[in-house]
Amino acid sequence: MADASMVSPAKKTGRAFSIRKQTGFTTMAIVCFFLLYAPLLPLVFYSFNAGTSLAFFEGFSFRWYVAAWNNDLVIDATIRSVYLAAAASSIATVLATMAALGTTRTKPYKGLTAIYVMINQPLMVPEIVTAVALLILFASIKAATNYHGMAYLIIAHTAFCIPFAYLPIRARLEGMDLSLETAAADLYATPWLTFRRVTFPLLWPGILAGMMLAFVISLDDVVITELVKSSGQDTLPTYMLGQLRRAITPEVNAISSVLLAVSVIMVTIFFFLNRKSS
Amino acid sequence: MSTDSHLIQASTSAETAQQNETRRHILLTTPALIVLFCAASGPLLIMAVYSFLSPGDYGGVQWSFSTDGWFGVFMQRDIFDDTLTIADAHVSILWRSVKLSLMTTIVCLIFGLPTAYFIATRPASSRNLWLFMVTIPFWTNLLIRTFAVMELIRNQGVINTALKSIGAIEEPIQIMFTDFAIMIGMTYVYLPLMVLPIYASMEKFDFRLVEAGYDLYASRWNVLKRIILPLVKPGIVAGSILVFIPSLGAYVTPRILGGGKNLMLGNFIALQFGQGRNWPLGAALSITLLVIVMVALLFYVRGVGKSGNAHG
Repeated sequence: MADASMVSPAKKTGRAFSIRKQTGFTTMAIVCFFLLYAPLLPLVFYSFNAGTSLAFFEGFSFRWYVAAWNNDLVIDATIRSVYLAAAASSIATVLATMAALGTTRTKPYKGLTAIYVMINQPLMVPEIVTAVALLILFASIKAATNYHGMAYLIIAHTAFCIPFAYLPIRARLEGMDLSLETAAADLYATPWLTFRRVTFPLLWPGILAGMMLAFVISLDDVVITELVKSSGQDTLPTYMLGQLRRAITPEVNAISSVLLAVSVIMVTIFFFLNRKSS
Repeated sequence: MSTDSHLIQASTSAETAQQNETRRHILLTTPALIVLFCAASGPLLIMAVYSFLSPGDYGGVQWSFSTDGWFGVFMQRDIFDDTLTIADAHVSILWRSVKLSLMTTIVCLIFGLPTAYFIATRPASSRNLWLFMVTIPFWTNLLIRTFAVMELIRNQGVINTALKSIGAIEEPIQIMFTDFAIMIGMTYVYLPLMVLPIYASMEKFDFRLVEAGYDLYASRWNVLKRIILPLVKPGIVAGSILVFIPSLGAYVTPRILGGGKNLMLGNFIALQFGQGRNWPLGAALSITLLVIVMVALLFYVRGVGKSGNAHG
């Protein structure tokens, strides 16, 4: 990489083009970046519309943010979304940390591949398939026990959050120096003390990154939540999906913009966490 | 527990210590596996059983063996004389799903490859920033991104209103509720999934090879075809799989942009558990989808393995 960049200026003067460029690639890339962001701009822009239209701007106002804030259904769904994401991502992170400790830095043992497949299953199976499979299972449990609480959603979300929490934790563990823990053990630290004082502090950025990923994934989920939830258990995404069938007002834009901001903030923190650690 | 392991370690050979270590590792992994079994693998097995039952009158199933669910994937039984015919509606939904997913994958590749190349050829200092720019839409809620596309292409949406106001069109262009709308939406939503793996395979790409190609009087097209594409092939395959699989099972995007008529497989499956009240057919369709995805993944594993051997 470094070599190539040292050579390229000479080439530039020798020939009319930079060796790294492919015809039209830069144009395509710029178009691509434009397309990635272009739809999001009107979305945010019209959330500040004073009028009810999503295409005519009638002046700046926070009207729709206030409307969303005063909408009990929105607040209710928001609280449920955050509660669900917090519960699922915490449980998933604890389980994923243990699983990562159990599957890395070890001699390959029988069944290790099967364990990898199982942990990564939620990433490979289409969401709709998992969703209807859960619907079938939970429908019979609901009929048998008459329990319609949040536990179904929490366990469903926990399951698909596990691989997202697992991957960054495992990546962090694999990059860690084993000799520190060996040293702790040599100094007669118990396994638990070694974990608490040595492994955990070193692993912490990975755990935090994993938990944040899991949180965002749970917060964003539509398909599994939509099919598994009992009536009156709308999360913010399923509430919005329901709203899209009716006449849309910029209130949906306002909610979307807030969620967009949350995602951007989370990704930014994640980005810096990862950069520091690497 | 800890006194136990001390005793064992002190008294027995290294082999049992190793066994002990392995047992501890498995024990640590168990809780995660239990949750995954209860809410991921286990339900799939139950679903497989359900695909061989008869539909209940109000949803659910009757516990009697039937292969009608599986026949229903491609066939339909005539209600008068019980003959089986090809179910055109089902076949067209399957075909639409595969067709739209393939088209989405191709369009994503057309945009994704140059973008990944562009990022990989930036100076190291700004490369992360460009990558970050691709990551942000990726982590934004899929529903919101689909909604953003909908606002653009709706009849009263941004594009149609703008075209009308400058007098370019009289009547709004109908894009919503067409296959084309679904494809635009899915391309937009899954594009980052194409860029990221291709970039990952280009990150370690040695650009001196490109230079060597030019030195030997290769044309740009030949450099692209003979040097760049073969070396980033694993990334292209990975990106294509990552776009193709969620496209095939897409539910949210076709539901919003395609409306009630232009169903894709994901919506069709969900429909069987709602108004369709045919759980066995829904289960059979789900397993069909799962099998297609597994075949695609197998193809991926083989494809990457092969190209790894050829160039690695």
